[in-house]
Amino acid sequence: MAAREKMLHQDPEKRVENFDEVALGYSEEQALAEAARCLECKNPKCVEGCPVNVDIPSFIAQVKEGKFDKAIATIKETNSLAAVCGRVCPQEVQCEQYCVLAKKGEPVAVGRLERFCADREREKGVEAPVKAEPTGKNVAVIGAGPAGLTAAADLAKAGHAVTLYEALHDTGGVLTYGIPEFRLPKAIVREEVDYIKQLGVDVKVDYVIGKIKTLDELRNEFDAVFLGTGAGLPKFMGIEGENLNGVYSANEFLTRVNLMKAYRFPDYGTPIKRGKRVIVVGGGNVAMDAARSALRLGADEVSVVYRRGEDELPARKEEIENAKEEGVVFRLLTNPVRILEGENMTVKGVECIKMELGDPDESGRRRPVSVEGSEFVIDADIVIIAIGTSPNPMILSGSEGLEVGSRGTIVVDDSGKTSLENVCAGGDAVTGAATVISAMGAGKLAAKTINEYLKNN
Amino acid sequence: MPYKILEKKQIAPQVHLMKVLAPDVAKAAKAGQFIILRIDETSERIPLTIADFDAEEGYVTIIFQEMGKTTKQLAKMNEADELQNLVGPLGTPADVRKLGTVILVGGGVGIAPVYPQVKAYREAGNKVISIIGARSKDLLILEDEMEAASDEFHVATDDGSKGHHGFVTDVVKEILDSGEDVTRIVVIGPPILMKVAAGMTEPYGVETIVSLNPIMIDGTGMCGGCRVSVGGETKFACVDGPEFDAHKVDFNLLMSRLALYRNEESECLENHECTCRGGN
Repeated sequence: MAAREKMLHQDPEKRVENFDEVALGYSEEQALAEAARCLECKNPKCVEGCPVNVDIPSFIAQVKEGKFDKAIATIKETNSLAAVCGRVCPQEVQCEQYCVLAKKGEPVAVGRLERFCADREREKGVEAPVKAEPTGKNVAVIGAGPAGLTAAADLAKAGHAVTLYEALHDTGGVLTYGIPEFRLPKAIVREEVDYIKQLGVDVKVDYVIGKIKTLDELRNEFDAVFLGTGAGLPKFMGIEGENLNGVYSANEFLTRVNLMKAYRFPDYGTPIKRGKRVIVVGGGNVAMDAARSALRLGADEVSVVYRRGEDELPARKEEIENAKEEGVVFRLLTNPVRILEGENMTVKGVECIKMELGDPDESGRRRPVSVEGSEFVIDADIVIIAIGTSPNPMILSGSEGLEVGSRGTIVVDDSGKTSLENVCAGGDAVTGAATVISAMGAGKLAAKTINEYLKNN
Repeated sequence: MPYKILEKKQIAPQVHLMKVLAPDVAKAAKAGQFIILRIDETSERIPLTIADFDAEEGYVTIIFQEMGKTTKQLAKMNEADELQNLVGPLGTPADVRKLGTVILVGGGVGIAPVYPQVKAYREAGNKVISIIGARSKDLLILEDEMEAASDEFHVATDDGSKGHHGFVTDVVKEILDSGEDVTRIVVIGPPILMKVAAGMTEPYGVETIVSLNPIMIDGTGMCGGCRVSVGGETKFACVDGPEFDAHKVDFNLLMSRLALYRNEESECLENHECTCRGGN
């Protein structure tokens, strides 16, 4: 069995000095060689691992034959954000995990092949999609992130008049404000959004639903509504010193860097504190993004502080490896207890405590327990809190009767319906912070449900 | 969608008023709320309180003082120019109800956000006593509008060039000492003024409300950059505020966070002015 094709990366020493994309993609030869590894199983399991059910066996077979145009068309039947998914999906725990070859070692690189097909199409120029006959129904989609973009695309394809509302000045949601340029170039997000606009979706930015219009008003104005408002509210630890100058939520830090391009300050007007010693608290993809961004902003030392061990780090393996190669220090089994104050209410350091793992908790992971008397201090001038987010409650103002769960998440049934008749929801607003592809899956499901609803009403 | 500037005028040295076409925002706006604007692709997002709005004509009025690069750039814009982005109305509207007698205090550019509140409190049936103040009489704004909208109107200037010679807080104190039954005091102005006012009114036990202006980005509770400490609890000014109980606000924290980017701001301004002199 041929080995899995390696993807070229920017050299770690060079890439920490720029925000250009780290992974460089496959060449045509590599794509052909990688596709040739696919065994064309009679009973393919890979599709089951894909939240949007991309017809993986077909598109890989088409790549094998060099029919790249057909391959991207196959992908786009179910996935309108292929270039994004090919870059940021956790393939190792989705499609690739189910690949028969995974049992023997290295699964087919489904994600990299998807990326290859999408990038090749973009370089050639994307053809305008075919629009369906208008149905005369209109749908409002709230939030232009992965869930909203996917739902909007599917609803527009079905012939409904779709208006997509976004609170920020740019579309993409977390793809734009959260994921850094070096992992997902913004030009790609923009092109994916342009494709959705070509489908006839009316995109309204600068539009905060819950403030400018209530959900109830939208329900009257539109035949159906989809809520894809995400989980944008940052969590803090509630420890002493968290409001000191130099403490950022990962959301703020990444929004400054990605959305507002603070790494190009002063050419771009938004400033950011460039720390010398930076501590990032948390172990997910967002923590990796923040740590790697801090290095690129010129920090001498960036530490990821995580209360569990290496095996429990929730970030993708590939991103952890990328971060390590770039020089991010991992301080595992360590938990911050207090942020220490320096001059003028700035950060001087973080007092941490050593942790050990006890019995599993309700999440199934072993519960971290403090080791008494093991406190120590890490010097720092910037602290970035990346311990998660929860849904933003703003949409709830003026939405009588929308059922919300204990953690602020919107309650839906198996088909994406909320407690309000013509309102569906999906993505992080329903699940809490999750992945781009699961949000897209939820957007697809809700679009299907809305289609059926509109047929009958 | 760009946002057209319908009217622009200078109303005091380095202080400008703009009416900006934003029909949906104007329709939804209430006293106490704010907008966030972005001039163009490379600009930062800056929050500005809504100084007035007209749902029929479809515009919101903003008043700003030239401080850093963005406000200086904004000041160079003119009628018919367009802002790339304007989002609002943001924040929780002021809790305007019939309370009895309400004192509204505006300091400097803080007079602008007080103005719609004066109108709203009066409409709600309150006796409205307004006090406006600035360093000198040239810096007073909306004087006639404020006087017309109030039951009782006072002016204070630091240099004594108009009205009471001293601070607006002196006038508040005089009114409280006169035995006037005041139910609420609203103070909007520089943080130091709000801090001093909060300290002054506290012994009188009169409810005092301030409108906070910390650094913000999105204005929807997403970034957490506008954290303020109120009664020992962390609040996000953009969604939990911008108005808070003055007696519970940690003003020292607010002021230190406002100074966070002072060095970067002057760097940015220098860069901007160099570019301007370069002919761009």
